Amino acid sequence: MFEHLDAVFLARVQFAFTVSFHFIFPAFSIGLASYLMVLEGLWLKTGRGVYANLYRYWLKIFAVGFGMGVVSGIVLSYQFGTNWSEFSHKAGPVIGPLMGYEVITAFFLEAGFLGVMLFGINKVGKRLHFFATCMVALGTFVSAFWILSVNSWMQTPAGFEINAQGQFIVGSSWWDVIFNPSFPYRLVHTVTAAYLTTAFAVGGVGAWHLLKDRSNVGARKMFSMAMWMAVLVTPVQIFAGDLHGLNTLEHQPVKVLAMEGDFERSPNGAPLILFGLPDEEAATVHFKVAIPKLGSLILRHDPNAPLPGLEDYPREEWPPVAVVFWSFRIMVAIGFAMLGLGLWSLLARHRKRLYESRALHRAAVLMGPAGFVAVIAGWITTEVGRQPYTVYGLLKTAESASPLDAPAVAASLIAFIVVYSAVFGMGIYYLLRLMANPPHRGETTPPNVPSHAAGITPASSLEATDLNQDGGAHGKS
Amino acid sequence: MENLDLPLIWAGLICFAIFAYVVLDGFDLGVGILSPVLEPGVERDQAINSIAPFWDGNETWLVMGGGGLLAVFPLAYAIILPATYPLMIAMLLGLVFRGAAFEFRWRDPAHQPLWDLVITVGSTVAALAQGITIGAILQGIEVENNAYAGGWLDWLSPFSILTGISVVIGYALLGATWLIRKTEGGCQRHAHRLAYWLAIATVLALVAVSAATPFLYTDYWYRWFEMPQVLWTAQVPLLVAICTGVLFWSLKKGHELMPFLMALALFLLGFIGLCISIFPNMVPPSISLWEAAAPRDSQLFLLVGAVFIIPLILGYTGWAYWVFRGKVGTEGYH
Repeated sequence: MFEHLDAVFLARVQFAFTVSFHFIFPAFSIGLASYLMVLEGLWLKTGRGVYANLYRYWLKIFAVGFGMGVVSGIVLSYQFGTNWSEFSHKAGPVIGPLMGYEVITAFFLEAGFLGVMLFGINKVGKRLHFFATCMVALGTFVSAFWILSVNSWMQTPAGFEINAQGQFIVGSSWWDVIFNPSFPYRLVHTVTAAYLTTAFAVGGVGAWHLLKDRSNVGARKMFSMAMWMAVLVTPVQIFAGDLHGLNTLEHQPVKVLAMEGDFERSPNGAPLILFGLPDEEAATVHFKVAIPKLGSLILRHDPNAPLPGLEDYPREEWPPVAVVFWSFRIMVAIGFAMLGLGLWSLLARHRKRLYESRALHRAAVLMGPAGFVAVIAGWITTEVGRQPYTVYGLLKTAESASPLDAPAVAASLIAFIVVYSAVFGMGIYYLLRLMANPPHRGETTPPNVPSHAAGITPASSLEATDLNQDGGAHGKS
Repeated sequence: MENLDLPLIWAGLICFAIFAYVVLDGFDLGVGILSPVLEPGVERDQAINSIAPFWDGNETWLVMGGGGLLAVFPLAYAIILPATYPLMIAMLLGLVFRGAAFEFRWRDPAHQPLWDLVITVGSTVAALAQGITIGAILQGIEVENNAYAGGWLDWLSPFSILTGISVVIGYALLGATWLIRKTEGGCQRHAHRLAYWLAIATVLALVAVSAATPFLYTDYWYRWFEMPQVLWTAQVPLLVAICTGVLFWSLKKGHELMPFLMALALFLLGFIGLCISIFPNMVPPSISLWEAAAPRDSQLFLLVGAVFIIPLILGYTGWAYWVFRGKVGTEGYH
């Protein structure tokens, strides 16, 4: 069935598939690790049991999500070599050390403290445990820092030279490589996206349980916290996204023109195309609904500023326009829907109906997975939008692939699809099942606690302390 | 700083990362491989409990090996991975299955036998693929113009299958000796019986691989048997004999920690043997570690960080093991 497909295309599909699947989990665990840090910090500060119980509730979910992220991430660190060996050979000297730093500063930190965070609640002191949680949260952020630096360098390469073997090597300085032009914008936009994704997932779960029992203390608390995030962080994210767009226009104008669907150049100010059907063949957008001059106003902050069109660039430099056009619209639409929900919750809070408004709760449940969709859509926009290059403007995707036969890539692609669907399908099912349990008093820690400490304390006594701690915490909640 | 042989230092560090991975993930893969012969229920729960807090961190060393290779030996990374493509994919999928099943077996007691089977299959496939990869590297990889030039099944040979099976057996021994240390009662007794047979099998496998290796290339023969280095290389089999003796003695005496340490020592010696055969090549038979190295700037930049951060990593990883020291209980699902 794959005879007519070339190995490069199959390798692209495989990478897109594995990276998209992987991205879902870190997007969740970056935000959730920070949320857990906040919950445990609040618990230590206030001593209120509701925070301890919410911590334990989300910790179980974090354990599953993090495990999925780890195993899907190992795949990626090898896929550069298996499927993109030419790219690895040429770009390895520049991006390799950054990824090396990701491993030694982030992955080990997360993994080293994760065991204590998940299973060590009764083994180490409260403050030390909080420290472990903080280290895991820090690790997720540091990991995002490095991998987004790598990604940004591939989009806006800087600070490099090319040696006699055609390899990219560091030129001016590592600082210029790491803090390449698009990196600060991408970092802020992506990490904020991860926080929002988690906030809406938490809000959706809270709302789901409020619909069943609006007096559930844990559900009320998590819903309220999530809605504060929605109302405060979504505007920041929209602003950051706008800045990121301006930065992209400066460095990758073709990508922005594809996002906007601007085939023709606009010497007197570009319209903003809201909807339409982009037709790459005919180089036009059919049935378009557009607002005149607004495109230039957004991108140039001047309604009459001229803007080029895709027609100004050779066709072989165009990314697949329709994909980028649509994925961008999905991301933006979700962003504004998030803002809407945030404002609605603010209104409800003002009217003291935050925990009563069933319509609001239904909307929040509906928006629960919205962050994941937006993150993937945004990722597709930026990654498909930089085609046909892996290192923008310098190394073509077609020249990056491994010397593999199509059947080998096709077979592994099928294997990935089957295994990922089975494993991560089950993973998502278990996550949803955990989320379907209402948060309650006396939440347990993740279940597989090796509960027999140091060979001296009998397991039963530890269990008893566990329950007492819980009981004490509840007394105050 | 100018006259530091960075490629050599990095080759040492990569070897350290790979060995750290083998030491750490070896025993938890081994426990996975052994889980079907352990009684469902108490025995198996104890066994899997004993590795639960660690497997995430252990697999990070695998990422370190892969990521490090990309950073400092990009050419080796770009040749070895396409050359062993189906093996790498099988290993990754095995690890995906296994890691996920660890989480799932506790969430879903009704399907625990299924997830335990997945753990076993995933662990075995990953171990087998790693072992075959070692064999494939030892037997040489065809390279033209700095790229892999062979087909996608070149790695398959009787020798690579032998190394594959050897690693599965060796990991199982590591797993069994780990369980002697970390568990008690029936599980420990069972692990003890298994360790005895696995020790015999591991030593036989080690002998078979060692005997076959010098015949792959004349270079290997010279590196092992030519004067004067034979005086050094001869110590390896001698130490293997000593460790084997201590291993059986400690099993017989019922020591709890010594068998695990001796199993690790056997792995270390096997690994040293591997390095003696390959050195100074990175991709046998033609690409040396200096040819495979990334430019000096790249190697130096990462080395500066590694020198400071790796001791820190070893520190907090050791602390995590300390927190979960001692025997594990059977408390599973609350």
